Amino acid sequence: MPVEDAIAARPIAEALERARAGAGYWTRVAERLLADRITMMVMGLLACVLVAVLAAPLVATHDPAAGSVLARLKSPGYQGHWLGTDEVGRDLWSRIVYGGRLSLLCGMAPVVLALLIGGGLGLLAGYRGGLANSLIMRSMDVLYAFPSILLAIAICGMLGSGLGNTILALTVTFIPPMVRITETITTQVRSFEFVEAARASGARPVSIIRFHILNNVLGPILVYATSLISISIILAAGLSFLGLGVTPPNAEWGLMLNNLRQAIWVNPLVAALPGAMIFITSMCFNLMSDGLRSAMDVRL
Amino acid sequence: MSADVLLEVRNLRRYFPVLGGVFQRKLATVQAVDDISFSVRRGETLGIVGESGCGKSTTARLLIQLLAADSGTIAFAGKKVGTRGGIDVRDLRRQVQMVFQDSYSSLNPRCTIEDTIAYGPSVHGIPWASARQRAREILTKVGLDPALFAARYPHELSGGQRQRVNIARALALQPQLIILDEPVSALDKSVAAQVLNLLIDIKRDLALTYVFISHDLNVVQYISDRVLVMYLGKVVELGPVESIYGSPRHPYSRALLGSMPSMDPDRRRAQATLAGDPPSPINPPAGCRFHTRCAHAEACCVAVEPPLLADGDHHVACHMLAPGSGHSTALVAA
Repeated sequence: MPVEDAIAARPIAEALERARAGAGYWTRVAERLLADRITMMVMGLLACVLVAVLAAPLVATHDPAAGSVLARLKSPGYQGHWLGTDEVGRDLWSRIVYGGRLSLLCGMAPVVLALLIGGGLGLLAGYRGGLANSLIMRSMDVLYAFPSILLAIAICGMLGSGLGNTILALTVTFIPPMVRITETITTQVRSFEFVEAARASGARPVSIIRFHILNNVLGPILVYATSLISISIILAAGLSFLGLGVTPPNAEWGLMLNNLRQAIWVNPLVAALPGAMIFITSMCFNLMSDGLRSAMDVRL
Repeated sequence: MSADVLLEVRNLRRYFPVLGGVFQRKLATVQAVDDISFSVRRGETLGIVGESGCGKSTTARLLIQLLAADSGTIAFAGKKVGTRGGIDVRDLRRQVQMVFQDSYSSLNPRCTIEDTIAYGPSVHGIPWASARQRAREILTKVGLDPALFAARYPHELSGGQRQRVNIARALALQPQLIILDEPVSALDKSVAAQVLNLLIDIKRDLALTYVFISHDLNVVQYISDRVLVMYLGKVVELGPVESIYGSPRHPYSRALLGSMPSMDPDRRRAQATLAGDPPSPINPPAGCRFHTRCAHAEACCVAVEPPLLADGDHHVACHMLAPGSGHSTALVAA
């Protein structure tokens, strides 16, 4: 009996211990993330990609821009080219590592910008309601009327190609969904009585948003933003593929895929590599956002 | 009138528009609270009873200015709210606090209990460290051990514990008046009894004044000094708890109290209780709002709205008790 009692009491005792220790919200999230093996694996993989990309000059074996007419479209392992060479004989490994810099930048920068701008507008619309809400949401609806890829192409077409314009176009594309998600969650959170209770204690709107709204809204929109990164990488690749994004000779995964597409009959493995990188990276971001979502739900 | 009035409400009115159609036109108005007046004396518990939708919760929210009144005045300790020379809303909200019905949605799920309670004082300029210290002291006062509960999240608490936290949050600002909007309705009976006794103890210890809103007549009888009966946004009867429960004078109060279950067979009433739902507060009946369900309704009840008349400390709004109203049972005016 005493042994069984001790076993039964252990989880309770541990929970009490944690409660006493005052484990914060983020500590608990971290604990749950560490227990989630798939998410940890995916995050590890993303960390590898990130490190390789950031340390491109150290990791690259060749100059990404230097080609050789004699060594075109060679298979992996050819004369020290780990992943083979592209259509003008440039080292594919080096180009993938360097190309990742632009691809990840195009993936993350628009999402971060849209998170700041769209999230801010969404909070305002959701908390204020009324006229502010109508004005913001109706103007977002106008942008929503265009399919996202079409909107991005239109903006890029208007501004011309280039890295800055790609990021700008994608930011504008991501603002409407970001505003809408934030507005929906904010409106929902605002209707809870704890917001009323905060108002009843004499708190001002800014303080209520910071203390009571933001911590309930931030989790879901961060998760949503993470899932947008993969879409952003794919859209940026699409724009480069169409010749509207990054311009040659800069390496970028979408652009590389475009350039290598005619080689698919000559050396399919080499031609598929940039595509595989886009697939793996965006897949990792998606899985990570799934993992974050379940780890952040304290009520589970 | 008693000299020491803490909260004075005069002709308070709040209508809600019912919007509809493509252009959100105003289709009708809900007369949630229509021209009510009453006062709360320092140190008493005023119970407010009535059926669902009679304007109890709207009244609560008007009192603490979570909703703006369409017309009417509220005065706290003799100072009018929101006027020059009076008391401003922010000050009012330090003196008057509210405990909400839904103990789950009234606590932020992402905040620890300690932070939830400390938030109020911190808003009023008390540094976080001392606000937390105060939160821990108040937790002890409401019967929760700070060492166990301070760092917990609301979902780790039971309903009764959460309601204690809600009470603690209201106490944190050291208010004089607490509005309790159905504080025990969502709790089961034994827990409700504990929370009620806690409320009584706290009131005695801190010299508080309560406005206690409930549809549970037994609870109101247990805790109140005076009772206010509401029907469709109007005050129909107001008086000391013994006189309201002992000899209710308004037909609605009689019917309402007649519906109260009793454990004592001798006290069970044979009288028919209320049938049907109250009429919609959208375009409510003219005259006396109760005439559609009243057994004693006559022509004057349909035509004229009865005023709230005082008989000593007991106020009733019924033509039967108003001399000269034209009702067959009323006295002819002298």
